[in-house]
Amino acid sequence: MSENGGNGNGALTAKDYRTDQEVRWCPGCGDYAILAALQSFMPELGIARENTVFISGIGCAARFPYYMNTYGMHSIHGRAPAIATGLATTRPDLSVWVVTGDGDALSIGGNHLIHALRRNVNFKILLFNNRIYGLTKGQYSPTSELGKVTKSTPMGSLDWPFNPISLAIGAEATFVGRAIDTDKKGMTDVLRAAAEHRGSAFVEIFQNCPIFNDDAFDYVRDDKEGVNRIVLRDGEPIVWGAERQKALRQRSDGSIEACAADDAGVLVHSASHETAALAFALSRVTQATHGGTPVGIFRNIERPVYDDLMAEQLRLAEEKRGKGDLAALLHSGETWEVGRP
Amino acid sequence: MSSKPVEQLSQVIVRFAGDSGDGMQLTGSQFTSEAALLGNDISTLPDFPAEIRAPAGSLPGVSGFQLHFADHDILTPGDAPNVLVAMNPAALKTNIGDLPRGGTLIVDADAFTERNLQKAGYAQNPLEDGSLDEYQVHAVPLTSLTVGALKEVEGVTPREAERSKNMFSLGLMSWLYGRSIKPSIEFLEEKFGATRLEIAAANIKAIRAGYAFGETTESFAVTYEVRPAKLAPGTYRNITGNQALSLGLVAASRLSGLPLFLGAYPITPASAILEELAGYKEFGVRTFQAEDEIAAAGAAVGAAFGGALGVTTSAGPGIVLKAETVGLAIMLELPLVICDIQRAGPSTGMPTKPEQGDLLMVMYGRNSESPVPVVAARSPSDCFHAAIEAVRIALKYRTPVYLLSDAYLANGSEPWLLPELDTLPDLTPTFATEPNAGDEFLPYLRDEQTLARPWALPGTPGLEHRIGGLEKADRTGNISYDPENHDLMTRLRAQKVAGIAGDIPELDVDDPGGDAKLLVLSWGGTFGPVAAAARRVRANGKHVAHAHLRHINPFPRNTGDVLRRYEKVLIPEMNLGQLLQLVRSQFLVDAIGYNRVRGFPLRAAELQDAIESLEETL
Ligand SMILES: Cc1ncc(C[n+]2csc(CCOP(=O)(O)OP(=O)(O)O)c2C)c(N)n1
Ligand code: SF4
Ligand SMILES: [Mg+2]
Repeated sequence: MSENGGNGNGALTAKDYRTDQEVRWCPGCGDYAILAALQSFMPELGIARENTVFISGIGCAARFPYYMNTYGMHSIHGRAPAIATGLATTRPDLSVWVVTGDGDALSIGGNHLIHALRRNVNFKILLFNNRIYGLTKGQYSPTSELGKVTKSTPMGSLDWPFNPISLAIGAEATFVGRAIDTDKKGMTDVLRAAAEHRGSAFVEIFQNCPIFNDDAFDYVRDDKEGVNRIVLRDGEPIVWGAERQKALRQRSDGSIEACAADDAGVLVHSASHETAALAFALSRVTQATHGGTPVGIFRNIERPVYDDLMAEQLRLAEEKRGKGDLAALLHSGETWEVGRP
Repeated sequence: MSSKPVEQLSQVIVRFAGDSGDGMQLTGSQFTSEAALLGNDISTLPDFPAEIRAPAGSLPGVSGFQLHFADHDILTPGDAPNVLVAMNPAALKTNIGDLPRGGTLIVDADAFTERNLQKAGYAQNPLEDGSLDEYQVHAVPLTSLTVGALKEVEGVTPREAERSKNMFSLGLMSWLYGRSIKPSIEFLEEKFGATRLEIAAANIKAIRAGYAFGETTESFAVTYEVRPAKLAPGTYRNITGNQALSLGLVAASRLSGLPLFLGAYPITPASAILEELAGYKEFGVRTFQAEDEIAAAGAAVGAAFGGALGVTTSAGPGIVLKAETVGLAIMLELPLVICDIQRAGPSTGMPTKPEQGDLLMVMYGRNSESPVPVVAARSPSDCFHAAIEAVRIALKYRTPVYLLSDAYLANGSEPWLLPELDTLPDLTPTFATEPNAGDEFLPYLRDEQTLARPWALPGTPGLEHRIGGLEKADRTGNISYDPENHDLMTRLRAQKVAGIAGDIPELDVDDPGGDAKLLVLSWGGTFGPVAAAARRVRANGKHVAHAHLRHINPFPRNTGDVLRRYEKVLIPEMNLGQLLQLVRSQFLVDAIGYNRVRGFPLRAAELQDAIESLEETL
């Protein structure tokens, strides 16, 4: 296995990450912007192209690996985190990325997602959330709002949606962030921190599906002035608005409410806070309830990484018992000899 | 040595039966060790309930362990016991039906209390009502003798003393069959010596007391001797199927030079493989206890993509869940070994009992045209070699491979002639390291002979490529919806698997006389009883041929020729005729099935009857 094929990687550009495959998303799909952002961001990481692997499930979003000139696998619906777990734990030398959709990650693959996050396997999960099933042509998804009218819910959907950020925090994720497809700079900031994070990094990316759920995130996508975006910056007071006049503060019960920016109790963001309560409270801040939507890094803590722990056990076992000797293993336990007659 | 007369026997089948909490599995496996070390050939069949602790004394709580030991090579744990050790009325009730008339019955007389009799559904005490007159009954107060013997052992409660009665019975049985109790004593010293010295002391004392009791009691007039068997020379150890399968996977990892990655989710009777392999970390073995069977299989595929030996283990209900992932591995053309330790079904079925009901599932239980090679182990120790063979095919042909075992092979044990390492195959795969078409790398450009595609590992510069479940264009591996391409790729995948027939041994027929008209065809765990039945038939002066399939997909290349050489073909299976269907449809041979799904292995005697009555019609 190549250690790190570092072969003059420094000169790579976005172009090197394009493949010869025709990109087949609908015109105007938010996936294009995410692809472009990633292609220009990857060279910056200084990781050799051959040491980068994208693994996806099924859905429009999941076509992503075909367009990234790295190693890649377009697998089966919902299972990418499980597959990536096997790869990441056996190949610590690789930079492994999972690309998934809201249906892929939160419906059929929900179980794999939460378990990968609690284990803290060393890979990055990018969830392209368009709040709809794109590839199957427009049924509601686990992030669609209650009452969503789609082809499969002509009178409106009946199930309460997941909040992906809350879910990830509840699943013990060590890194949780949110970005917007059209906000290249903001997305790159979050991705850079995700890439630097050792362990599972979960990033929800608001992604517009102009065909089946257009304008779902207009309030933040088209929000260049920051009227609705609450950009989370570690160590800084959480304020937003055209004049940065709005802010967040914490109630005594731990929940968060909006307040004026000059309020004495304005919350200072701490992504590395020892308990998950603050990040969780922030994840409950929504456009509908607070008049703003947090983006950036909600949580970023260090915790032992599953793959490292496993490698350490292997090392310890070898240190204690010596490198495995197959003949000795077969002959272990009670043996007896049968002689030649 | 005993002072009583010694009678020679060529073989004995003993069954220990008691409450789940009575330690029958331990008693049985210790008696097995004693027999193995004495040089007998052995074959064992543990039989335990799925419930960890069903109510004490109840019928569903009975746990059993059958051991067949002999002075010649044997093939099965035996149909029916010659000796039944029953620790309580429930154990007697559930097992007495298997003891032939005249058989030896040893019971713990102390356990035949009003309450226990009632729990077992006895209106009267069978020890007193004459219902056991046809057997040689030894009603021994095992519990009180044990408690009496352990009175002086310090730090042992009366309750703990009582629990040593299984070791008392082990001592008694060891005396009866002239076995040394030394290995059991050493075992107990090792097991409890470090942590609970007094428990070790109590159990050792109980074994000694049982042994001495045999010597002094008038209840037993003779002892028996079963001489060592003439087995092939070499070093042996006693091994269960799950242990052998685990060791086979570790060996295959060494033989291929690939680190072993096992993805698994606990399920009876496959869990022991996960547990066993978790202990081999110094061999670079990574075990991943996944959140479910789908993740377990998926992680193994991911590991295989990265160049590890990806394996996943389960039983029926979990194998069903893996089907979609196996389909992905077919499309990705990556090596993957899926071990199905079959148990009685459908659904949860009878988790601890064997069946061969999954054959058609592993053959066909996937969407579309999705052929997978199938290898089946035939005995507990054969699981070692079958595992290596499954890995060999997976690596060489870049394909998922099903390895079939079952609950009987998994938990049953037999002596295993340890292989010399240099007789095992070299499984080293070749990885793609450079472009294979000018300066391009085509991930689906096949090897002309095997039709396998190149395996290029992430980390290899210049060979970056994408694979996935969508149909691939021939050679390039790009997404393709071209109709002719799909037809071609479907045929190529089928041809690749079919071509393995040229790379496996021909089907061998055992027909010592050479003039049999009837062929019995077996696969998997029915090898033992079928071979034993064939021996019996021949001992009666009749003729029968026996062939056994290790590879079920593809079949050995001469299978059709072999089948057509015989007037009749009989296929015994622990299912309702699954190999039978495959054989009939592939070879147009009008084979006959012998099918039983009772949750225990087929019996040699019933197969002998089936063979002989069919033979008479020819
Ligand atoms: C086992 C299985 N069930 C169902 C499907 C059909 N299917 C494909 S994609 C998809 C939903 C995708 O939604 P999402 O993950 O949100 O991705 P998007 O297309 O919106 O990017 C479904 C239901 C499938 N491919 N496999
Ligand atoms: S359906 Fe929606 S998500 Fe899918 S490609 Fe088209 S625009 Fe994008
Ligand atoms: Mg979606």
